[in-house]
Amino acid sequence: MAAAPPAIDATPAALALVAALSERHGPLMFHQSGGCCDGSAPMCYPAGEFKLGARDVLLGHVGGAPFYIGGDQYERWRHTRLTLDVVRGRGSGFSLEAPEGVRFLIRSDVCAAP
Amino acid sequence: MRYARPNTPDAKVRYESRYDNFIGGEFVAPVKGQYFENPSPVTGQTFCEVARSSGEDIELALDAAHGAKDRWGKTPAAERARLLNKIADVMEAHLEELAVSETWDNGKPVRETLAADLPLAIDHFRYFAGCIRAEEGSLAELDEHTVSYHFKEPLGVVGQIIPWNFPLLMAAWKLAPALAAGNCVVLKPAEQTPATILLWAKLVGSILPPGVLNIVNGFGVEAGKPLAQSPRVAKVAFTGETTTGRLIMQYASENIIPVTLELGGKSPNLFFADILDHDDDFRSKALEGFAMFALNQGEVCTCPSRALIDKKIYGSFLELATERTKQIVQGDPLDTRTMIGAQASNDQLEKILAYIDIGKKEGARVRTGGERVRLGDGLEEGYYVAPTIFEGHNKMRIFQEEIFGPVVSVGSFDGFDDAIAQANDTLYGLGAGVWTRDVHTAFRAGRNIAAGRVWTNCYHLYPAHAAFGGYKQSGIGRETHRMMLNHYQQTKNLLVSYDPKPMGFF
Repeated sequence: MAAAPPAIDATPAALALVAALSERHGPLMFHQSGGCCDGSAPMCYPAGEFKLGARDVLLGHVGGAPFYIGGDQYERWRHTRLTLDVVRGRGSGFSLEAPEGVRFLIRSDVCAAP
Repeated sequence: MRYARPNTPDAKVRYESRYDNFIGGEFVAPVKGQYFENPSPVTGQTFCEVARSSGEDIELALDAAHGAKDRWGKTPAAERARLLNKIADVMEAHLEELAVSETWDNGKPVRETLAADLPLAIDHFRYFAGCIRAEEGSLAELDEHTVSYHFKEPLGVVGQIIPWNFPLLMAAWKLAPALAAGNCVVLKPAEQTPATILLWAKLVGSILPPGVLNIVNGFGVEAGKPLAQSPRVAKVAFTGETTTGRLIMQYASENIIPVTLELGGKSPNLFFADILDHDDDFRSKALEGFAMFALNQGEVCTCPSRALIDKKIYGSFLELATERTKQIVQGDPLDTRTMIGAQASNDQLEKILAYIDIGKKEGARVRTGGERVRLGDGLEEGYYVAPTIFEGHNKMRIFQEEIFGPVVSVGSFDGFDDAIAQANDTLYGLGAGVWTRDVHTAFRAGRNIAAGRVWTNCYHLYPAHAAFGGYKQSGIGRETHRMMLNHYQQTKNLLVSYDPKPMGFF
């Protein structure tokens, strides 16, 4: 195991949304997506909805909810620090917040040279 | 020319204020009576409401589909083909109307919907109408008295979840083979772009027997999920991203049904040094091929968003390519001169801007663009991004992730082997481009790039009869070719003995 996973944190708006969603849906989990359309966006599910694989990496917790990323994608993201934010949007995929008219979004900072 | 905005005088398109689901051959209100607002990315303003469905609506659609499946599956191929051709004819007669609607719902320029989305969608129905007429099973004579017959049977009822980047065309890619093969469909359009397909259903819905085609609208988590999880579908087709793709495979594993998935890419576009050997049409074509990253605002799963340029020509080629990119006309998507329109949604806009930000933080250099564009004339709140060229290297995140915006990340390669190594240094393998005057380089590069489609001295062509699908994490299955029929068919083997004598075992 090389460097520790980059931290994930969240903006106050994202934390408020996580709290509201967990009140409605119970415990939550996040998985960072890749690929097209709504790829590169974080997906929010009821805890346990998404079956983790052996190579998924736990980046940290946001508002008590674990935040995972696929192992291969982690290798390409590990030089960046992630912040969960929320914006007005229409969402897609099966992420829980979409019907609220908002969408989780990842912002990033560089913490090591790629 | 500029098309009038929908619902204004002289407009080609009149939307109703509210759209229901299309189930069992008629428009049906959602069980819970809820609707969501549908804004146009052109202006950011809502122009209609669409059914916000739930699992109950999916069940109604599945009831209708199961009620229709036996008769549709036994309908002669010639009749199914006739109806698909009829759908194509009606679409052709309403081409402008549907094209303008697609522009209004998605934000893409009307010159593109008129020239590509609609003609390709129409041809897709005709292509699969032709394929199903030519479809044959097989037989093998195993010995003098024993014959093995293989019949192609429809799967029954299938679920299809459609993306928002080419709403009607992607629906056509999935519907045409499924219907041709004799399946009934429950289709869930993207919640960002539901309008044109509902307009389309009003035009063509009565051509098919009730229940063969069902369209249920709503959000992924509320309507898409119950469809993907249902034990009443025999297959799920999905275009989208990797996490949802994995989730759909997990749901499918619970029901032991097949899936086809198209999950995007990070397509390399390789420019070899001999491109600049002559100042001719081909050089201009290659520069156009570079600028294709801005086609459809970059919202294409095969967006050539990684340009890899031979270091021998890096500076001079990139200079020409930047000039060509700056000539892209951005503006009102309803103006036929406009080449790049609006991003499909606000969250999409925000995501692209977040990637431009990370690109800058990673040390990539912006050659042009790199910002949101505020257009006038009522388009101030639309979602516009300037075509953006980044210079950097292949380990940067902007070289590894699909931004799904008009953003290209440019790097250089040193020799053929380095070109292929960088091209393949990605999690994905959907599309790629190769530009060279040398047939040997073209062939070797095409065969060595791990991607399902390698455009060679062209890009962004999507004709029927050329298979489209991904290697690696880009998905499973091949669309836009008759082989897609296989993904919607079951094989029935009849093993028949014509020997009246006992076998002699017992």
